[in-house]
Amino acid sequence: MKHILKIVAQRIALGLLTLFVISLMIAFGVELLPGDLAQEILGQGATPEGLRVLRLQLGLDIPPHIRYLDWLGGMVTGDMGLSLANKRPISELIGPRLSNTLFLGGFAALIAIPVALILGILAALYRNSLYDRSVNIFTLTSISFPEFFIAYILILFFAIKLGWFPGISNISSELTFMDKLYRTLLPAASLTLVVVAHMMRMTRTSIINLLSSPYIEMARLKGIKPLRIITRHALPNALAPIVNVIAINLAYLVVGVVIVEVVFVYPGLGQLLVDSVSKRDVPVVQACSMIFASVYILLNLSADIISIVTNPRLLYPR
Amino acid sequence: MNKKQINEKPLILGRDISRRDFIRGSAALGIAGTTAGTLLTTGNAFAAGGKRGGRLRAGIAHGSTTDSLDPATYENNFAVQMNYSIQNHLGEVDAATGAMVPELAESWEATNGAKTWIFNLRQGVEFHNGKTMNADDVIASFQHHMGESASPARSLLDQVSSISKDGDNRVIFELSAGNADFNFVASDYHIAIKPSKDGKINPTDGIGTGGYVLKEFEPGVRFLAERNANYFKSGKAWFDEIEMISIIDPAARQNALATGEVDTIDRIDLKTAHLLARQSGVTIEEVTGTKHYTFPMRTDTAPHNDNNVRLALKYALKRDELVEKVLYGHGTVGNDHPIAPSNQYHASSLPQREYDPDKARFYAEKAGGVKVQLSAADAAFPGAVDAAVLYQEHAAAAGIDIEVVREPNDGYWSNVWMQKAWCACYWGGRPTEDWMFTTAYQGGASWNDTFWKNDRFDELLIQGRAETNRDTRRAIYYEMQQIVSDDGGVVVPMFANYVFATTDKVAHGPMAGNWDMDGGKYFERWWFA
Repeated sequence: MKHILKIVAQRIALGLLTLFVISLMIAFGVELLPGDLAQEILGQGATPEGLRVLRLQLGLDIPPHIRYLDWLGGMVTGDMGLSLANKRPISELIGPRLSNTLFLGGFAALIAIPVALILGILAALYRNSLYDRSVNIFTLTSISFPEFFIAYILILFFAIKLGWFPGISNISSELTFMDKLYRTLLPAASLTLVVVAHMMRMTRTSIINLLSSPYIEMARLKGIKPLRIITRHALPNALAPIVNVIAINLAYLVVGVVIVEVVFVYPGLGQLLVDSVSKRDVPVVQACSMIFASVYILLNLSADIISIVTNPRLLYPR
Repeated sequence: MNKKQINEKPLILGRDISRRDFIRGSAALGIAGTTAGTLLTTGNAFAAGGKRGGRLRAGIAHGSTTDSLDPATYENNFAVQMNYSIQNHLGEVDAATGAMVPELAESWEATNGAKTWIFNLRQGVEFHNGKTMNADDVIASFQHHMGESASPARSLLDQVSSISKDGDNRVIFELSAGNADFNFVASDYHIAIKPSKDGKINPTDGIGTGGYVLKEFEPGVRFLAERNANYFKSGKAWFDEIEMISIIDPAARQNALATGEVDTIDRIDLKTAHLLARQSGVTIEEVTGTKHYTFPMRTDTAPHNDNNVRLALKYALKRDELVEKVLYGHGTVGNDHPIAPSNQYHASSLPQREYDPDKARFYAEKAGGVKVQLSAADAAFPGAVDAAVLYQEHAAAAGIDIEVVREPNDGYWSNVWMQKAWCACYWGGRPTEDWMFTTAYQGGASWNDTFWKNDRFDELLIQGRAETNRDTRRAIYYEMQQIVSDDGGVVVPMFANYVFATTDKVAHGPMAGNWDMDGGKYFERWWFA
């Protein structure tokens, strides 16, 4: 147990360092982009005088490294600062967007993970059967198409032809929870189709790898049913790689949904990030990136911990 | 005192006369000829009149997290339409006649060679917070855009030397020079009239006199408002609630309309407009406005400083092919000046410039051969790169060598426009000739994207601005359009229509063309049939 705590502490420290490096890279990268917020806001209507006044109002006359240090100071004390563009607190700007994204990601995960595991276990059980092949073909096909294509296909059939679901996921605070579920089902389904293949195939492969082990053969010789062999004997030992893949896909559900958000006009964090980058609103870009990076780091951390717990050998690296 | 009524229309339409009354009145007088005739073709549900109720949901191609309620920051259609639903201005463009008519003003007059403008305010108009509008509010609302302000309206108001009030319901503007179009300037969409406190407005409170009261505004996502039961206009603002959703992606927008998630959308993808029109229950609307696409040349830079080069390039373009292939027919050809056919003093007698490879070759040879680069990106206007490539082909037939340079969309307005010698650009257009010319063609103007200076043109501009006789003004503006067309640095291939769509539940009267979506005022003008 002490080992695990030590590893967790190490990982968290490393994660914070990673976050710091990322924040530096983002700040530097956004500075490299042509133009600044004042030019993006005024667009074609910019005049030298208008730019000067707006830059002054926005605080863009302060050198970038000072602005970065200010931001870093605020961030350390838990204050994300104000959006440059509309002077609203970033936490207030991000709050609803983040909860929308997590809602969509969580909903998709709730569908995708059980489906992927069950399909993967069944595929391992009936490997090389017609079922195995058709599941493989179907999931590989759905992962091979770009997300927006899958989204449009779903819209075409379920929104336009059948009219069962709305074509855009316009959600707002006035909706009930069930309404929200109903309105986000199509984007969640598109995401599910994209992530299932990876998890399903990893489940199948890890289990099949173990099936040739002597202890599985022993179990089979004892006369245990194949399903029980897989769920009780093989699966626990196969969990480490599966959990890793699930973690990566969960992270993808949170940070990679931009395109699905655009297609379904879903007000999530991805849209906010794209919008802020194109407007050069550095503090908002920073805050969104920090959230995305933290999601990655935390999910990877928990994946590692789960792998270690299920496979104590990993505690003692040689 | 030499008092003179500048705009004849307000006398007729100034008080509470609705469009319907106007049509009825003019028909009764037997003058329903051309004007009313064209009106009735678009106003199918017009005779039925408005009906109260429902929630209108609009999917709009603009909207960004950087939007704010502050009138000094309005820069896109989302902000403009939100502004027009919750706030009012001194004047507005009448949808039926295209004339500038008083809105929060009751009437206006210009005296002293159009140097002094008197606005008489409508009395008893209440803001959403219950305060009654008076002259102090108007003055504070104007001052928000003057002095140290980043407002785009600031340069428009540079001409104002003082604003004062005469009682609670009269505001007097003193201008540094005569401007017969100042009522247009004073009604600029940025200058929303808001309640003041101690001589200052609170720019972000979202309170106005408009037909709808702000309920929710999430920048870049949506805007929700409910009907103002106390609205001062009768026969306007029919919906109980209005909702505007930002849908940037054109496919998602059309899809939202097709599945009935919204009742109207703007900016139809012209490539697929004919497919959308086939969908049952969808109506495509089209209005010709002042929006035009241009290819401005820097006349201060070689080789475009030579007018032979400019003329060679102007003759080397098939304008009708661009209208057909880039606008898919949703527009009209331009004549190398920025004044739209819908403008008051459009020079219809000016011969249309046609594609003429012989003349182009002649001018090109006079200039010693033309070999130029044309910078384009779709940020300039949708299809700009295609238009540039077509241009290249047309010019090649006249022995003119155009090299098309594809620029990145990102940062186009800061790094390419007004930087490169020749590029693609668009202009939303301006409601008056003077405004358009002053903004982009007067020598030394900050948005003079051709860096063009013509002494005769500048002289006519000042003269026309203060001129109150309509015929003299017409002659002046005709000559100015001719000068721009023959000597200016701009190639204007086409005027683009505003193309948008509604479901057939939506009904409306005649549509205004001063902005996209019925002049940006569909929330108060349309209703559910």
